[in-house]
Amino acid sequence: MRGANQERALAILSPLAVLVVWQLCSTMGWIDQRYVPSPVSIAQAGWDLALSGRLALDIGATLRRLVVGYVLGAVPGVALGMVMGLNRWVRAAIDPLIAAIYPIPKIALLPLLMLAFGLGDGSKVAVVAMSVLFLTVINTTSGVVQLDQIYFDVARNYGTPWYKLFLRVILPGALPTIFAGLRISLGVSLVVLVSAEFVASDAGIGALIWASWQTLVVENMFVGIIVITVLGVLSTLFLHECERFLVPWRRN
Amino acid sequence: MKIRMDGLSKVFGEGDSRTVALQGFALAVDDGEFVCIVGPSGCGKTTMLRMVAGLEAPSGGDIRIDAAAAGGRPMNSMVFQDQGLFPWMTVIDNVAFGLEMRGLGRRERRRRAEPFLEMIGLTRFRDHYPQQLSGGMRQRVSIARAFATDPEILLMDEPFAALDAQNKLIMQEELLRIWEGTQKTVLFITHAIDEAIALGDRIVVMTAQPGRIKEIVPVLDFPRPRKPVELRGDPRFGALQLEIWRMLEDEVRAARLQAKV
Repeated sequence: MRGANQERALAILSPLAVLVVWQLCSTMGWIDQRYVPSPVSIAQAGWDLALSGRLALDIGATLRRLVVGYVLGAVPGVALGMVMGLNRWVRAAIDPLIAAIYPIPKIALLPLLMLAFGLGDGSKVAVVAMSVLFLTVINTTSGVVQLDQIYFDVARNYGTPWYKLFLRVILPGALPTIFAGLRISLGVSLVVLVSAEFVASDAGIGALIWASWQTLVVENMFVGIIVITVLGVLSTLFLHECERFLVPWRRN
Repeated sequence: MKIRMDGLSKVFGEGDSRTVALQGFALAVDDGEFVCIVGPSGCGKTTMLRMVAGLEAPSGGDIRIDAAAAGGRPMNSMVFQDQGLFPWMTVIDNVAFGLEMRGLGRRERRRRAEPFLEMIGLTRFRDHYPQQLSGGMRQRVSIARAFATDPEILLMDEPFAALDAQNKLIMQEELLRIWEGTQKTVLFITHAIDEAIALGDRIVVMTAQPGRIKEIVPVLDFPRPRKPVELRGDPRFGALQLEIWRMLEDEVRAARLQAKV
């Protein structure tokens, strides 16, 4: 028990120590503040951005696009993956399309999507949804296809009606693989969204980072990087909790 | 007559990969009878059982099952060789799976599943998931699942093969006790000759592939109720064991040769 506490203390102390050393180096002039500002000045910049309301605006814009795009990609993705997993004719028809479109880096489609959905949120939501859609379709399909034949044998032997076969056997059986797809999708959506905000947005964390680069306010750039990281960590934690709740048999 | 199989055959694959798993299999099983099937690996025992369960269509011949069918009770339940427990269900939910599929409410099916959990000695593990159990425990859960639905016919595919020797004996005793109380019809596949003698009314000895019936041996010397442990001390038990082994020996050798080619 004491060992565990010490480990926890170390886990908090070591990043703190890094911050202290970093601050010291900055104050002593060993690091060029023009490129790498000190932790204190980054915190100050973050505070100013928060007070001005700009930060909340940017976080709100990014979060909104992320959530809407993710849901719009994941829900149809899981549904289509289910149908493809269950029906080999549908699978045979759609598999080649997926295989052809999947390798396209979705960010490359952004200009096309801007033509279709305009310069506002629409195109960013669409590019996130596209990224998520393919990953969830592929993972859901394989989750269903990989289900062991014996589960179907057992279900048939006990006269399982189709809707119970789906709810009690196929869906839970595929769920761990579906969640694997959702986890990868989350990371990819953050990358794609920030990239989209770099080039085509006046709000959002990506836009904040890009604008700070253009005006050479390096402190704000660091604020943006830290905020998007925290956003990534929190959304991953949220997904992880959902998984713990929905896939309790995989807890250990 | 509960089950009647006539000229039953099963062929897998086509052309070069064509395999005759079962050929001209004919067997009539009485209502309430306990029939054990022994045979070398790959002789089509499991295929035969799957056909009776309706999981596999025969290539030839037919199976007739006489359904006394008291409403709602399933015709048969199968205990699979590799368990087939659902990893996403707890032990109690796995045991109650058949009852759930028949549309029983949560409380009712738990109430009915509980005694079977007790029978397999896993009451304490009711809320565990299968991968938290040992292989033997999992196999016991799958046996309880088959019993819990109260089927007319039990189809058991080497259900005790994965158990350790002590648990195997206990489960054999339990199986006999329950069977004697309910008079279900049982088709029981096993590798162990002693198990077949201890449990069965008749023992079907099968040939190597393609599987046919070599001989049907009635177990006449041991009246019921039987105690599997005590039977082993009887000299007639050893004699019967040897007799059946002599029938099987050639077939096992033939199966080994087939496996080599």
